[in-house]
Amino acid sequence: MQESATLNNSFKSEEYFINMGPQHPATHGVLRLLLTIDGEIIKKVEPDLGYIHRSIEKMCERDSYQQIVHLTDRMDYLSSHINNEAVCLTVENALELEIPDRVKVIRTIIGELTRIASHCLWWGVMGMDVGALTTYFYGFRDREMINDIFEETCGARLTMNYNVPGGLMWDIHPNFIKRVKDFVAHFKTKIPEYNKLLTGNIIFQKRTKGVGVLSKEDAISFGVSGPVARGSGYSCDVRKYHPYSALDKVTFNEVLEADGDTFARYNVRIRELWESLSIIEQLIDNIPDGEHRVKTNAVIKLPKGEFYQKVETARGELGVYIISTGTKNPYRMKFRSPGFSNLSALNHMAVGGKIGDLVATMATLDLVIPDIDR
Amino acid sequence: MPLSITKSIQEMLLSMMSESAAYYAAMVVVALLYLGIFAIAGLFLVLLERRIAAWFQLRIGPNRVGFQGLLQTMADALKLVSKELTGTDRADKFLYNLAPYFVIISALMALGLIPFTKEFQAFDINIGIFFLIAISSIGVIGILLGGWASNNKFALIGAMRSGVQTISYELSVGLSLLTMILLTGSLQLSEIVEVQKGGWLIVQGHIPAIIAFMIYMIAGTAETNRAPFDMVEAESELGAGFHTEYSGMKFAYFFLAEFINMFLIAAIATTVFFGAWLSPFGITESIPWLGVFWFLAKTLLLVFLMMWFRWTFPRLRVDQLLTLEWKYLLPINLVNIVVMAFIVWQNLIIQI
Repeated sequence: MQESATLNNSFKSEEYFINMGPQHPATHGVLRLLLTIDGEIIKKVEPDLGYIHRSIEKMCERDSYQQIVHLTDRMDYLSSHINNEAVCLTVENALELEIPDRVKVIRTIIGELTRIASHCLWWGVMGMDVGALTTYFYGFRDREMINDIFEETCGARLTMNYNVPGGLMWDIHPNFIKRVKDFVAHFKTKIPEYNKLLTGNIIFQKRTKGVGVLSKEDAISFGVSGPVARGSGYSCDVRKYHPYSALDKVTFNEVLEADGDTFARYNVRIRELWESLSIIEQLIDNIPDGEHRVKTNAVIKLPKGEFYQKVETARGELGVYIISTGTKNPYRMKFRSPGFSNLSALNHMAVGGKIGDLVATMATLDLVIPDIDR
Repeated sequence: MPLSITKSIQEMLLSMMSESAAYYAAMVVVALLYLGIFAIAGLFLVLLERRIAAWFQLRIGPNRVGFQGLLQTMADALKLVSKELTGTDRADKFLYNLAPYFVIISALMALGLIPFTKEFQAFDINIGIFFLIAISSIGVIGILLGGWASNNKFALIGAMRSGVQTISYELSVGLSLLTMILLTGSLQLSEIVEVQKGGWLIVQGHIPAIIAFMIYMIAGTAETNRAPFDMVEAESELGAGFHTEYSGMKFAYFFLAEFINMFLIAAIATTVFFGAWLSPFGITESIPWLGVFWFLAKTLLLVFLMMWFRWTFPRLRVDQLLTLEWKYLLPINLVNIVVMAFIVWQNLIIQI
């Protein structure tokens, strides 16, 4: 008896810590995860933030409202246009400006193009995280076309700054409509290719189905939003519930999946590509004529009060909260970023899985670290 | 035994020096010859992999250094040689430095057995296949040592995965080759080729041979730790896995060994399933050196297949990897051997 007890003691497994990041291929940035592992099984995931904190909210208190728009590019750089739009909408609502329909439609088209570009990149790195490197290049091929359109429209490919409070910085390029149509036609043939390469793959399905499950109740209590929440069956699309810009003029379906696992979240994003394409198709032929910008004062002063506006970025709900005391700078500015809330659910989803499961789960959270840290 | 290449070198040296001196000198010359093949094959395969990967990934790939990038890997190797060799504190220096040699020596020793043609084979022993399997499993010791001695948790996880994976999949490699041995009745590689003059073994053994080939390719890919079985490196999970802490030429050893192992797996498949250096049209005997061409053509085709796997499939999870082996491949393999035994017993072999 004693012998077997010593034997058990000498083979007793111990939990150990491992630092995943801040330099790690799967965290896609400088996120540090403190993992407690028992062999390959994950016992605890503690995200450690702050490696790319630039105090954007504090810098906003120093800047004018036109300048703030530029800072928001650097939060979630993959939905930079939507971030800019959020700030502009907040300021415009506070000033009670009447925005021309042309601006609204163009903003929505470019917003949806941004969403597609972001999902393309996500799809590429999703494949890479589960070990299929080739997806990355396919995703980038299609994202490149969108970036070219952006470059022609506003001169930038990533940090666009196309929005200003009151409208758009410039009118669209004469080629814009044609190139967007070309892209839509091109991309419609490419989504089935994505499905062929990754979605239908048996190894991929085995890796993702039933992995990192987040129930609807947990999704709500963790405050997750965007495709992550919709993958758990929680209907929360800001575009549906609080339509902004031209989104009230279009019809689209909110994509919902019931399973709440990694594959459900994956499917939500793939199906969202179709919805975004349909929104663009509805609007691209109906861009109304008119001004691309309404005149505002050179120095914008918001009335005294508190203003809030939320939009749906590619990652979820982005909230912009401004407290103004009537001066040219905000008294306090707060961003409710989707990535931060989505990351908070990671521990809940990853515990009990293997290291490979954690990576796959993290990939479908679609984390952009500057969005979490700000 | 037809030790032609060794023998001809030995005879040439005998004319120059005494018998014992010639014996040792022949060893050195043959070893150097194979080192040369090893290096060239490794460098060429690295380039091939990169060009094929680029082709799959809508890129062009390296095409600037030398004609179509032929010198690219040479330049990379030069860079690696000139790099500083770093290591972690409190690593077991002796084992840490020893590990790459295990990997590279096991790959190199196995290369000596490969029958490029009837004449071009360094040594042809009567337990050929058995020796190949035994030698190739030495490599995993190097990986385990490297991961263990690096004093890095990621490397350790990678090394442990490697141990689990190689031990499991070696069974399938061994058993699928054993299935074919039932047809040849000999472990000697030259004998195996001789039997195939009446049709490649994959034709002779028909259905069970095809099953054995498929299992061999899956298990062989897992043996070389390549995607979709690259649990050992799994860069999105473990950084670089077992060789995280290796730099410079020591890293290059691991890297080259991976490619040579891939070549070996394909070469063994060529020998056992596809008639080694025998031409598909039966004209090999008249022009002996053409055998090298056929052998390399068949082998590179299989290498391409393995690269195709790598650049298309996602990676399995570690428990799914073991499930695949122990719950599917191994039982299928055992049944397959019985079927093959029945076919040999009833003489249902297809002879051309």
